[in-house]
Amino acid sequence: MNLTAIKVIYFNEMLRFWKTLFQSVASPVISTALYFVVFGSAIGSRIENIEGVSYGLFIVPGLTMLSVLTQSISNASFGIFFPKFTGTIYELLSAPVSFYETLIGYVGAAATKSLILATIILATANLFVDLNIAHPFWMLGFLVLTCIAFSLFGFIIGLWADNFEKLQIIPLLIITPLVFLGGSFYSISMLPDLWQKVTLFNPVLYLVSGFRWSFFEVSDVSVGISLFMVFLFLAICIAIIAWMFRTGYKLKQ
Amino acid sequence: MDSIISIKGLSKTYNSGFEALKTVDLEINRGEILALLGPNGAGKTTLISSICGIISPSSGSVTVDGFDIISDFRKTRSMIGLVPQELTLGAFDTVWGTVRFSRGLFGAKRDDAYLEQLLKDLSLFDKKDSEIRALSGGMKRRVLIAKALSHEPKVLFLDEPTAGVDVELRKDMWKIVNKLRNQGVTIILTTHYIEEAEEIAERVGVISNGELLLVEKKDELMESLGKKQLLIDLKESVKKIPSILEKYNIELNEEGTQISYTYVVKDETADVSEVLHEITNSGLLLKDLKVEQSSLEDIFVDLVKEEL
Repeated sequence: MNLTAIKVIYFNEMLRFWKTLFQSVASPVISTALYFVVFGSAIGSRIENIEGVSYGLFIVPGLTMLSVLTQSISNASFGIFFPKFTGTIYELLSAPVSFYETLIGYVGAAATKSLILATIILATANLFVDLNIAHPFWMLGFLVLTCIAFSLFGFIIGLWADNFEKLQIIPLLIITPLVFLGGSFYSISMLPDLWQKVTLFNPVLYLVSGFRWSFFEVSDVSVGISLFMVFLFLAICIAIIAWMFRTGYKLKQ
Repeated sequence: MDSIISIKGLSKTYNSGFEALKTVDLEINRGEILALLGPNGAGKTTLISSICGIISPSSGSVTVDGFDIISDFRKTRSMIGLVPQELTLGAFDTVWGTVRFSRGLFGAKRDDAYLEQLLKDLSLFDKKDSEIRALSGGMKRRVLIAKALSHEPKVLFLDEPTAGVDVELRKDMWKIVNKLRNQGVTIILTTHYIEEAEEIAERVGVISNGELLLVEKKDELMESLGKKQLLIDLKESVKKIPSILEKYNIELNEEGTQISYTYVVKDETADVSEVLHEITNSGLLLKDLKVEQSSLEDIFVDLVKEEL
């Protein structure tokens, strides 16, 4: 194991985050604040409590997940796409570093960034609503696993993409709709029957539901299923990455 | 000679179907400077990329210091430094940051004193905190060299090191190459500039169309393939070569003031003294004479032409 290499990849990626700290932090903080003003205060004041939770409070886990998912993907995909784009990948390929070490470095850094971001968003949310977390340990568990899973997913996208358009297309066309339709801002019990069933095919529902349960002990699906889905997603990403590693997919001819 | 890199039956066909290397066998000696000479697209970079791990060879094997480049990739790659052809660098990294990154990536322990000296040798030390995007092309090339040397490799690959490089950097680069060689580092450089190979290499390999046409000591190559030309200025111009000289490979220039005799040094049938003797017998009056040797470039052009 080339630990030194993992360390330098990790810190190099974190340095990139650090250099763009203002925009990395400012944009999620501003968008969270906007959501709170619009949905939480303005519209939310007209919406009755959902399962005993005020609307402003109810959307906190969904909002956090929205940022975590999109940021994990964009950080991790950009992290590995950029060296491919500029050509600096040659160094990574010629270094005594295995694919897994590269993966740990890049995905670890992307997940760390998302985790920092989630903390900032929760802290911002706490300024608007009085946040009480029922199961902090579970909350952290869901958060960390989601950060890792979606950073892995982002890494896959970064390897797959060979232009900027491809890099953007999955987050934009798939992830954002899934998050919005996955019960981030509503409980699926508010939907008509048919749409409730359709929503069950949306993997993001399980993430948001489990995460929300750790805050308020209310959920759309049972916590066990949520947890299972998170691990399933992790397993799928790891399997895809293992396949990419074996075949040298798009990294190496 | 003790070989450090041993290449056996290496070939590479890209996914596109392009056969970039056709069964290359090559032994690279420990501590030598080997120049791989060939036109653009000959397969030089593919050969280097295979050894360094950037592309996977289609068949064949390569060992570095006895270790296989695939099963023992950690050992082989940590021994190798590569300076790529393109100026590929992260624009926003600082010089110091990127050099330290490279050292760590290759698994070497942090050694700031070594890196400082390295940057000083490459006249980069006063730029160490600059971002790479602020550097000139020549400076970027120096940074690439620094990165390649950051983990103290035993083998250094320089892929077209002087493409687009000014005279000063070129001189500096050869200074560094010499210093490294004195430290026992094996250096392999690719180039399509013949002068470069002629200037610093000990052995020259010629690649064309994915095949290694030959590998020889530079001097021997020049000797065995090198043609010499004996040029003789005449005191009085003549209209044609005297008949007794017709059996030799002798030509007369247009003005009739100079004759030239072309011969291959190693060729047993060539007898300079006999030719000179016959020239004197022919009654020609000699004004001056000189011998010209063909350059590596002429040899190279001939070789590649034969191949085509």
